[in-house]
Amino acid sequence: MTLFGKKIPIVFSLLIWFIVWEAIGQAKFSPIIPPFSGVIQAAITILPTEKFHTAAMISLRSFGIGMALAILAGIPLGILMARVQGVGRILGMWVNIFVSAPISALVPLLMAVVGIGETTVVVTVFLFAVFVIILDTQIGVVHADRSLVDMARAFGAKRHQIYTKVLILSALPEMLAGLRLGAIRGVKGVVIGQLLVAIIGVGELFELYSQHFLMEEFWALVVTVFLFAFAVSEAIAALERRVEYYASAR
Amino acid sequence: MRQPPVAGHIVWQLISFVCFFGLWELVGRWPISATFPPFSQTLLALWQMIADGSLGNAYLSTLQPLVIGIVLCGMAGIGFGIGMGLSRTIEWFSLPIFIILQAAPMAAIIPLITYLYGIGLTSKVLAVILLAAPVIVMNSYKGIRNTNPSLIQMSRSFLGTRRQQVVKIILPHAAALIFTGLRLGLAMGFIGVVIAELLITPTGIGDLITYHSSVADYPKMFASIASIIAFAAVTIHALERVERRLFPSEIRGA
Amino acid sequence: MPDDAIVEVEGIGKTYPGGVEALRNVNLAFPRGKLSTLLGPSGCGKTTLLKIIAGLIPHNAGEVRVNGKKIQGPGPERAFVFQDFALMPWATVLRNVAFGLELRGDPRAQREATARRYIAEVGLSGFEASHPNQLSGGMRQRVGLARALAVDADIILMDEPFSSVDEQTRRKFQEDLLDLLRHRRKTVIFVTHSIEEAAYLSDQIALLSPRPGTVSRIIRPNVDRGRGADEIRRDRNYLDTVDEIWQILKQYV
Repeated sequence: MTLFGKKIPIVFSLLIWFIVWEAIGQAKFSPIIPPFSGVIQAAITILPTEKFHTAAMISLRSFGIGMALAILAGIPLGILMARVQGVGRILGMWVNIFVSAPISALVPLLMAVVGIGETTVVVTVFLFAVFVIILDTQIGVVHADRSLVDMARAFGAKRHQIYTKVLILSALPEMLAGLRLGAIRGVKGVVIGQLLVAIIGVGELFELYSQHFLMEEFWALVVTVFLFAFAVSEAIAALERRVEYYASAR
Repeated sequence: MRQPPVAGHIVWQLISFVCFFGLWELVGRWPISATFPPFSQTLLALWQMIADGSLGNAYLSTLQPLVIGIVLCGMAGIGFGIGMGLSRTIEWFSLPIFIILQAAPMAAIIPLITYLYGIGLTSKVLAVILLAAPVIVMNSYKGIRNTNPSLIQMSRSFLGTRRQQVVKIILPHAAALIFTGLRLGLAMGFIGVVIAELLITPTGIGDLITYHSSVADYPKMFASIASIIAFAAVTIHALERVERRLFPSEIRGA
Repeated sequence: MPDDAIVEVEGIGKTYPGGVEALRNVNLAFPRGKLSTLLGPSGCGKTTLLKIIAGLIPHNAGEVRVNGKKIQGPGPERAFVFQDFALMPWATVLRNVAFGLELRGDPRAQREATARRYIAEVGLSGFEASHPNQLSGGMRQRVGLARALAVDADIILMDEPFSSVDEQTRRKFQEDLLDLLRHRRKTVIFVTHSIEEAAYLSDQIALLSPRPGTVSRIIRPNVDRGRGADEIRRDRNYLDTVDEIWQILKQYV
């Protein structure tokens, strides 16, 4: 979009939306939409509090552990499925099913088996993230350049060298894409897991604010969590861009 | 976009099923937790629920908001996505928002919806729309934006008007991604309706799950969960096959 | 400017946003009914110039005149053949060839009849119902050529049309193109980086030098094409032309 002949970066459209939000809020259009300034104020108030810090810590911890497990399990499994035909065929169907299934349906199951607490949330994050990581890793390795592998073998590379020096690097763009999608799902996993478990973390706060109609606090938290999800996604996307240059040369 | 490797022969799929269910049976019989029933018991419970109609009723209740939500969301979402793709102005205003929305845990807003719109159909439809909209809009948008520029130049060289360009080249080209967006949107819709039902209300599959959990009837609870996952998987897989038939990768072209 | 020039390029300059000057002060005349070539190494702006003449990209300086009138974008008297074929993958060969006519608004029966005629002319009879993905690269380009012929434009602009096919197909194409053009009064402006191709096909060759693109030389091969396609490559003038061009272009590699 250009104004007065100068191109305005697209990020500025968000500013316009904040202004619109403020206007709608001030006009008291709907009880659930407070003015944006009110939301900012609430954010400034609650973010430094003990309560928020605890909730954030718990949530980040669950997210971190869940994602770490998903990566540790997902990437090797994806590679295995790509390289060993039998494994790929047996597990392939299940990965495909679970990658688009409503995993949130499994959370009550987890609560019944594992209990109501942080562990359930960690497992939820794991389940949300792992399948897309497996899938994209598998795709990346399967499509890794055949001729590069042949080239490595022709120059005498040993098994593990083929993996580390060629295959994984060749599959890196897809793996990072899977990681990014997995991270986004992981954040959803934390929120949904905590909403359903309802007694810990930001999920508990969301419930609390909704219940008591503390709209400004609610939206402040929403904006914070949304920005976190976006930040994580963009951080990995930045990594993706760094390896993108060779993706097109394959 | 690359397609994942197909699962392969029917034989392999059967082996896969047998392995999975066999494992389930074994784990269920292991005395680690009273709450984890073996496969056989779950199957029995499933049958019971089908027989007494509770499963059928639940699905009727669950599918209503799902279908309504997806239809509404589909029409509006595709329309808006196309608008974003064709108009730089609309794109400028909407793209950052939808990029954020795609990454965001929209589920956080669902409790708010409940408190606002009560525990009825409206809330659930809204939950579906909230979760499905970003992916439908973004896919329609990308389908339009990623049209091969060579084809557009070609239509200009033959003096095609903008309208002809949109109708004869851009839209057919975008059709494949739009359909993909709908399929992904449906998957998100399932997620939305399940969360809504687990959080919100005593109806549908979510209710079956929470009810049987509360009375500690674990086989029935598991059966409900398995049924919704299976249902979602089958539906989405069917759509994938339709998509492959309608838009074989050759016809997608560059 | 010799002959009857159907297309005149005067003082054309093109700078891309970002500062890259692709063309500077290009002056050329293209004689009616003849095949003219723009030849040069990568980066000399020949495709840019061709697209400017086609009206597909704007220029910063100078003007292009067709039949004496300044151009304002694409026009019905100019048809373009694309390097990457630009075929609609979801449409049949018949529809692709008829596309220019479809955009023009010709009734269906009429444009399909015309399309069939040109499909036969380029040697693709029987493939009317096929899709581009079922055709080889060479066949796809024939579709592109048929499409350009079907709109009956006076001027055909070809952007390295044969660079995406193998050598043997390419040679056949060159022969067929000369055949097709022999009985028609079409003006062709051709872009290539192949010296032999330029010498084989052209009545006039404009050599472009790179960075920024300007015309460094105009060569008229005067090759005798009357004695059959195979004899052309042994014609004295053909060989001399190839040599002469190479000596000039060598310095830019």
